[in-house]
Amino acid sequence: MTNKIAFVATEMLPEQAAPVNTKGAIAWMQSNLFSTPRDTILTVVFLAVVAGILYYLVPWLVLNSVFFADSIRECREIDTGACFAVVTSRFNQLIFGFYPSQHYWRPILTFLMMFVAFAPLLHDNLPRKMLWFTAAFPLLAYWFLWGGAIWGPLLIVAALVGTYFVYKTAAASLSPILSLIASVVFLIFWLLFIQSWLSAGLTNTIGFIGLEPVESAKFGGFLITFVIGVSGIAGSLPIGIVLALGRGSDMPTVKMICVGFIEFIRGVPLITLLFVASTLLNYFLPPGTTFDLILRVIIMVTLFASAYMAEVIRGGLAALPRGQYEAADALGLNYWQATRLIVLPQALKISIPGIVSTFIGLFKDSVLVSIIGILDPIGIMQPIRSSSEWNGIIWELPIFIGLVFFVFCFAMSRYSMYFERKLDTGHRN
Amino acid sequence: MKTKLLTLALGAAAFATVSSSASAATLDDVKAKGFMQCGVSTGVPGFAFTDDAGDWQGFDPALCRAVAAAIFGDPKAVKFTPTTGKTRFTALASGEVDLLARNTTETFSRDVDLKFTFGPVNYYDGQGFMVRKSLGVSSALNLSGATICIQTGTTTELNLADYFRANNMTYEPVPIETNAEAQEKYLANACDVYTTDASGLAATRAAFEKPGDHALLPEIISKEPLAPLVRHGDDQWADIMKWTLNALINAEELGVTAANADEMKASSKLPSIQRLLGGEGEMGAALGLGNDWALNAIKANGNYGEIYEKYIGPNTAIGLERGLNGLWNNGKGGILYAAPIR
Repeated sequence: MTNKIAFVATEMLPEQAAPVNTKGAIAWMQSNLFSTPRDTILTVVFLAVVAGILYYLVPWLVLNSVFFADSIRECREIDTGACFAVVTSRFNQLIFGFYPSQHYWRPILTFLMMFVAFAPLLHDNLPRKMLWFTAAFPLLAYWFLWGGAIWGPLLIVAALVGTYFVYKTAAASLSPILSLIASVVFLIFWLLFIQSWLSAGLTNTIGFIGLEPVESAKFGGFLITFVIGVSGIAGSLPIGIVLALGRGSDMPTVKMICVGFIEFIRGVPLITLLFVASTLLNYFLPPGTTFDLILRVIIMVTLFASAYMAEVIRGGLAALPRGQYEAADALGLNYWQATRLIVLPQALKISIPGIVSTFIGLFKDSVLVSIIGILDPIGIMQPIRSSSEWNGIIWELPIFIGLVFFVFCFAMSRYSMYFERKLDTGHRN
Repeated sequence: MKTKLLTLALGAAAFATVSSSASAATLDDVKAKGFMQCGVSTGVPGFAFTDDAGDWQGFDPALCRAVAAAIFGDPKAVKFTPTTGKTRFTALASGEVDLLARNTTETFSRDVDLKFTFGPVNYYDGQGFMVRKSLGVSSALNLSGATICIQTGTTTELNLADYFRANNMTYEPVPIETNAEAQEKYLANACDVYTTDASGLAATRAAFEKPGDHALLPEIISKEPLAPLVRHGDDQWADIMKWTLNALINAEELGVTAANADEMKASSKLPSIQRLLGGEGEMGAALGLGNDWALNAIKANGNYGEIYEKYIGPNTAIGLERGLNGLWNNGKGGILYAAPIR
């Protein structure tokens, strides 16, 4: 019997490159852009539209735009495109507002310190000792930006340390809630009465050590956006967590207060709250009270964002299965231990997209303050456009401002996605 | 316990009210602060804007500086609060600003209802129309059926409706928010006509790439007397505002300028100039100021005419003719007629 098999390959054929029409750019285009006649028509139409837009936009925006000139008339003499010279010539005003130029290093340094302060919160492989700097950052930032004697911030640190000791001492003999009240009373008493007296005393005896004060009216441009945005972000998360926990609480008074606060704030537009801050409060406060407008706005924006934050976090809390709470109870943990160790870490992780959305929304909402006459980037456009050099500028300033906002909001968004992936434990409930 | 707390709260509230009425003497408060707080607009070409250094400049801030100079002898003793159309009156009423110099039209309701005291008019304005010359329109009466860009929520909106109704014409409004938006819409042919105060139209047209293609129609359909204002109830402070502005107008009439004021005071024999500049009489002391109050006010930015020429006059980019805002006695149809200082 002869061998019926004529030929047996003794070795594998070598791998060959895939056919040209199944990989590479051409194949991708064939399968994604031109696979059917309908797709082809849509692709061509769409490309035509994009090309048309670019045809009109690119010469104006890029090719013929002017970056250095002293006035819009000069811009028009140089070229026909966009006059970004207004941005370069008023750059400092757009960034710092009317902040005195010899002190520009203070906001810049604060901005850099902000990243150092946020770093340990955003990356867990950094030394935990850096958290002390994070805790000190609000006071440091306040002192650098507004200036004044160093005694004020130092005394606030003293007040906080004092409050802690009052709490500890009281907790030894009283119930926790009473000692909490005692420490809060101590803090308020200190801030209202002792603070300014001691501060003045220290200045008189030791002398003025500090930075030259800069009043709030000098703040403007992106400096305002960051002051309001970052304080709002930093303040709204803890307040929002407390409100969310309070809303889920079994104690009727606490629950009622939290629900009332959240629903009231969410039921009122931010712009209304800003008007209350800017105009109505003035009628109630005695004249001559220097309750800073920016401070009032920061408080309002923070409260506003807190209410939304509370609801985002409540969503996270609600998404946790009942079993997690019961497991915590079964382990014998009390309410605070269970919340801190079991509930919040999981609830916050679930809520990250919502939390970051609220942050981004808050950051962008800060431009609403231009309506009450605070010269944030949007607000400062108006006086710049009214100057005789730049009267007639329309698109260039909003384009620049939009670009800066985009960079920061996009960065926040990307970071949150990275953070979610990092914290993803693979558990799906 | 509750009633006690309530009493305390009421007491605090009463104290707040008492202290607010006790500060009726704005001049004393201002002197104690060491500066005047002046409300200006957030930006109107020529009237209020920021320069490269971030200082407020323009027709309105110049008045604030003159008043500050009259009080302190220092035109820099003033801080500016930018106010919007929505916040300006509460800012003044609540005491956040001491004086409002912000392109504000003097009207009955603002004076009587809102309880403000207006100073002399520092700019006579009126609502006008701008059209493209290619439209071939030479009078506002030919505008029937036109699309018109108009700022919402302003008196100009009401004036426009009145005017068209009175002349049996129709129009299609294109609502806009700000002057910048109006420029854009008008240039993009979204409307045939742009209407706002004539000064604003002139400033807008001056900023166009080809101002010659656009015409301002001769009809002025409303009266917009712009004046600085203060709160009711402090006549001394209102007098300081009123007479500082009057002094600036009188100075132009008498030929006193920032450059020659000191020399005039030393050498002029005219009694009216001597009274103005404090060489004669106790005018300043009667106001609660130094006798060189008007001298300092004039030296701050010059007389009314100099301020006008510097910020909005024909030689600036805004290019507004004096027109109604000329002196009454120079024979060019001006109606500026300041009460004499004597």
